[in-house]
Amino acid sequence: MLSRSQYILLATLLGVLVVSLFSSSYNPYFLDIAVTCGINITLAASLNLINGFTGQFSLGHAGFMAIGAYSSAVLTTNYGAKLLPLVGGQTWILFPVALCVGGLVAAAAGLVVGIPSLRLKGDYLAIVTLGFGEIIRVILQNIEAVGGARGMIGIPDYTNLFWAFGLAAVTVYVVWALVNSTYGRGFIAVSDDEVAAEAMGINTTRYKIIAFVVGAFFAGAAGGIYAHFKQYIAPVGFDFNKSIEIVVMVILGGMGKNVGVIVAAVLLTVVTEPLREFGQYRIILYALLIIGLMIARPQGLFVWPLWKRKNA
Amino acid sequence: MPSAETKPLLEMDRCTIRFGGLTAVSELTMSIGAEELVGLIGPNGAGKTTVFNLITGVYEPSEGQIRLGGESLAGRKPYGITKCGIARTFQNIRLFPSLTVFDNVRVAFHLHLKHDAVHSLTRFRAFREEEAQIATQTFELLEIFHLGKFRDAAAKSLSYGDQRRLEIVRALATRPKLLLLDEPAAGMNASEKQELMKLIRFIKDKYKIAVLLVEHDMQVVMGICERILVLDYGIKIAEGAPAEVRRNPKVIAAYLGEEVEIKNSK
Repeated sequence: MLSRSQYILLATLLGVLVVSLFSSSYNPYFLDIAVTCGINITLAASLNLINGFTGQFSLGHAGFMAIGAYSSAVLTTNYGAKLLPLVGGQTWILFPVALCVGGLVAAAAGLVVGIPSLRLKGDYLAIVTLGFGEIIRVILQNIEAVGGARGMIGIPDYTNLFWAFGLAAVTVYVVWALVNSTYGRGFIAVSDDEVAAEAMGINTTRYKIIAFVVGAFFAGAAGGIYAHFKQYIAPVGFDFNKSIEIVVMVILGGMGKNVGVIVAAVLLTVVTEPLREFGQYRIILYALLIIGLMIARPQGLFVWPLWKRKNA
Repeated sequence: MPSAETKPLLEMDRCTIRFGGLTAVSELTMSIGAEELVGLIGPNGAGKTTVFNLITGVYEPSEGQIRLGGESLAGRKPYGITKCGIARTFQNIRLFPSLTVFDNVRVAFHLHLKHDAVHSLTRFRAFREEEAQIATQTFELLEIFHLGKFRDAAAKSLSYGDQRRLEIVRALATRPKLLLLDEPAAGMNASEKQELMKLIRFIKDKYKIAVLLVEHDMQVVMGICERILVLDYGIKIAEGAPAEVRRNPKVIAAYLGEEVEIKNSK
């Protein structure tokens, strides 16, 4: 027997699958935005585990995404011809495998970055993770086998609505389930007070590494979705700005708030679309929107109770 | 003196710790028997909290050894020492402010969990049964200490006295053999102090654990401790029953200063 949360996950996956089956009848423009929403939900929810729940301020999420994007793209593009016959030519088997590989490589990177840098706290950790993200980008720029700075082309078009939202649903479930248990309350304890957490028998380093590895895994998988959606990836797409974009989603949604972060990811993806007619100015409007929201709702978009009267 | 018939629970054997040129604790030897209530007192800066930090693994002694139940605690991280059976509270309350009262205690059951991260994802029956069991235990513990009504409130919203109590409850949830209380009476009024003394005695009797109490408040220390150790400048200057310690001239000197003959310089 499954638990209630697992039924919700299954129902969501099924719903997404049904909606996805009719993809061809939807407006491709909206479909495009929807898939981007799915990717951003995955990125924001996974970063929320690291930044929000565990309180480890990471600015390197785009780095993990890049690692996942490149490794899954290399697998399907360069080795797809060899691997496809092994799974009977079924791309729906090959693609999740590629996503998992991307996620695992990113998770391994998360582990490698995590262990030394988790001795650092706060601003220092933020700077180290920022440096890590940049290193990944520069390394990718210099690997000719994946196109160097020109980027990688010819990635097969495997992503659809189902994969994008399916992964988002799984990510949200994993983050939720991980935190909502006696074990998982330890993540929040680490974020609240490390000294007290240690005194309560919580191995803070272990918790931080788990958060980093799980967060990196889903960022990597999201990178895989992105690569097989755009069919073209370049290092410049995974720069510092991308990391900041994800951090903004988490902060706007409310650190450590699952629903808020999902809403913020969707909102920030969709909101720039009607602003397209303003051309370059839309970035200014976008920035103003974030500033406005931060002033109006510093605790995050969806933090219950939604309307709380200020205490006199 | 500790009861000689049983082996002591905690032993500190000639422990010294230096910070640069400063010797904060010097060759401290002490022991605490199982189910003993020991007080650690001394003037400001005497090294009481440093002793706590040594026992709980925040600092490692420069020299000497600390043993719990005969086993050395050297090289263990704070969480490992808590696992061995030493829990503590803090001088300045350190709850998990964003967690609820219930979760503050629940998270401390962490040490005795059979499940881990993977099981929180699979959520099989065994996991759910264990979670339900922990929830019951947590609630029972909160009820015993009259915190049940606050279970869903944020820990930071509690009153000062309740926060102190919650911190003790949280420490108890780790199922310690030795409970270290760092100035639990700080900032309490007379009636709250009376409550606290009752509470400490109650904990000791109900859970059959040893308690080491650091406290400034003489009324509390003298009132409940079976044995008192006095530190001054990191050196143990006296040890014994409250009545003995109170009369000890060295202790009086440490607290009130010595009589000095003032010579006229002219």
